[in-house]
Amino acid sequence: MTLRARLCAVMQALEVSHLTKVYPNGKRALDDVSFAVPEGSFFALLGPNGAGKTTLISILADVVRPTKGAVRFLGRDLFRERAWCKKRLGVVPQEIAFDPFFTPRDVLRITSGLYGVKPDERWIEELLQRLELAAHADKNTRMLSGGMRRRLLVAQALVHRPRVVVLDEPTAGVDVELRRRLWDFMREINRAGTTILLTTHYLEEAEELCDHVAILREGRLVAAEPMETLMRKLAAAFLWLRPEGEVRDAQLADARLARFRPRRVQGGICLALARDERGRLNVHEAYQAAVAVFGPPVEMEVRREDLEDVFLRLTNRGGRTS
Amino acid sequence: MTNPYGCWTLFVREVRRFLNVKVQTIIAPALTALLYLVVFHYAMGARPRAQLPVDYFTFLAPGLAMMTLLQNAFANSSSSMITGKVMGVHVYLLMAPLSAAEVVLAFVAAAVVRGLVCAGAFLLALVPFVHFAWPHPWLALSYAVLGGAIMGALGLIAGIWARRFDDVALVTNFVVMPLTFLAGVFYSVQSLPPLWRSLHLANPFFHLVDGFRFAVLGVADADPWWGLAPLAAAALLLFVLAWRLWAAGWKLKA
Ligand SMILES: Nc1ncnc2c1ncn2[C@@H]1O[C@H](COP(=O)(O)OP(=O)(O)O)[C@@H](O)[C@H]1O
Ligand SMILES: [Mg+2]
Repeated sequence: MTLRARLCAVMQALEVSHLTKVYPNGKRALDDVSFAVPEGSFFALLGPNGAGKTTLISILADVVRPTKGAVRFLGRDLFRERAWCKKRLGVVPQEIAFDPFFTPRDVLRITSGLYGVKPDERWIEELLQRLELAAHADKNTRMLSGGMRRRLLVAQALVHRPRVVVLDEPTAGVDVELRRRLWDFMREINRAGTTILLTTHYLEEAEELCDHVAILREGRLVAAEPMETLMRKLAAAFLWLRPEGEVRDAQLADARLARFRPRRVQGGICLALARDERGRLNVHEAYQAAVAVFGPPVEMEVRREDLEDVFLRLTNRGGRTS
Repeated sequence: MTNPYGCWTLFVREVRRFLNVKVQTIIAPALTALLYLVVFHYAMGARPRAQLPVDYFTFLAPGLAMMTLLQNAFANSSSSMITGKVMGVHVYLLMAPLSAAEVVLAFVAAAVVRGLVCAGAFLLALVPFVHFAWPHPWLALSYAVLGGAIMGALGLIAGIWARRFDDVALVTNFVVMPLTFLAGVFYSVQSLPPLWRSLHLANPFFHLVDGFRFAVLGVADADPWWGLAPLAAAALLLFVLAWRLWAAGWKLKA
């Protein structure tokens, strides 16, 4: 590979191409999945249970063998240059497991050593502080609660200062307050330049924090885009307004409103909005048409689908209607 | 080796694991060996043993030391591997930037250390009671390390193969125990009928016990120098096998 080609390739932290996994029992957990994770991004990998997220992460982590496909990691072939890649990758597995013989501090020192890095005590202390484990650092890992163990897993994945961190449901079973602080911490790490790929069931948080998103459904990729692009493309928007008087059927059938597919919603009407090729909503036209038919409204609101609505629609689990 | 520091860390971790529970992993096996020594000495020691050039007590001790070493080296790597698999912590080893050879080396080296420490504790306890000539100390060490390496690699393979603790217990009870007990620890093969004698000569553990005893006492049933080469070959073979299995992810990766 030429230097130039390599430099260009480095722009992607991960390039997954045609990745397929068929388990020995015949289960096709991943089916020809291709997407890229730009370096420095905060990437959400979403999908209902059983979609194949853990399988994909396990292949990245070298815990599950791929059936077909390739992955480039920071420009290198992940399956051929495992040692190089592993040194720069930190993974938080979905299942929590610890060696009961060691304390959290020991776990972090040992993990650092296994990655070929002499334990950096200051960094270990900082991780323990930031992940709120300092008070338990020298207890046996058996004494830790579920939430603490998960945070220790996060610390473990970061102890060798990887350039890419992959977290499989890092916030599962962690309460709201702590989850918030955990997200803050991950955002901080991301700002410092670390690429983060994670799976989560908290779509609201993913929408707020992640700048890229991929959605899997039954082993197939259904979307992979910058969050903003996906939302602009797929999140439907509506203008809801309540006119002064009663809404009559004849008004709803008015030709000027036809393109907005008007419906009665919550004592008012709801008009479906569309975007032009530059992504601008036709909210002004809709408003003007509504005023022409109903007169000035007494209440109104623009409603947009959130990531959860889009997710549910894309993964065929039915959707909320606005 | 691409990650010597990682390999060293894993080795230290495996040594710390057994040092953490030393009553169970060192004191208990050393005590068991002492009990065998005392019981067999008093049960059989009184009878005259024409074939033995030394007294029975002295004859028993090095064989028991080697038997303890072999059993504990096996126990160390097999139990560590199966515990890791059952608890799910083996994924951290799969994830770490360690080559398969580095992983196997660390496990086998820790098993050797466990075996040496157990046998050493047993022999140390005997210091006030019996004097060994140690005519060939380096040969003794070679046999000890080879025995530990063979059993460490075998234990690792058993642990990789096993799905449950029961599977490891099966190998321990039906392979390791019979082969180490029928390795001429308690008797001289000179006293056996010809068929039994050839069976013993075919048992690699017999050569480990016999060679070690020669190095400690200066007396042997078979040629102690010729025993080394096939044992070294066996250790190498098992090492390579464990390495290939780990590298292939056999029974480890879905
Ligand atoms: N070791 C395995 N053997 C067979 N099937 C598996 C195995 N692991 C996962 N699966 C199946 O593969 C599919 C994807 O699972 P998984 O990757 O865990 O999904 P997710 O993490 O998105 O919930 C599921 O149908 C699951 O039952
Ligand atoms: Mg999962």
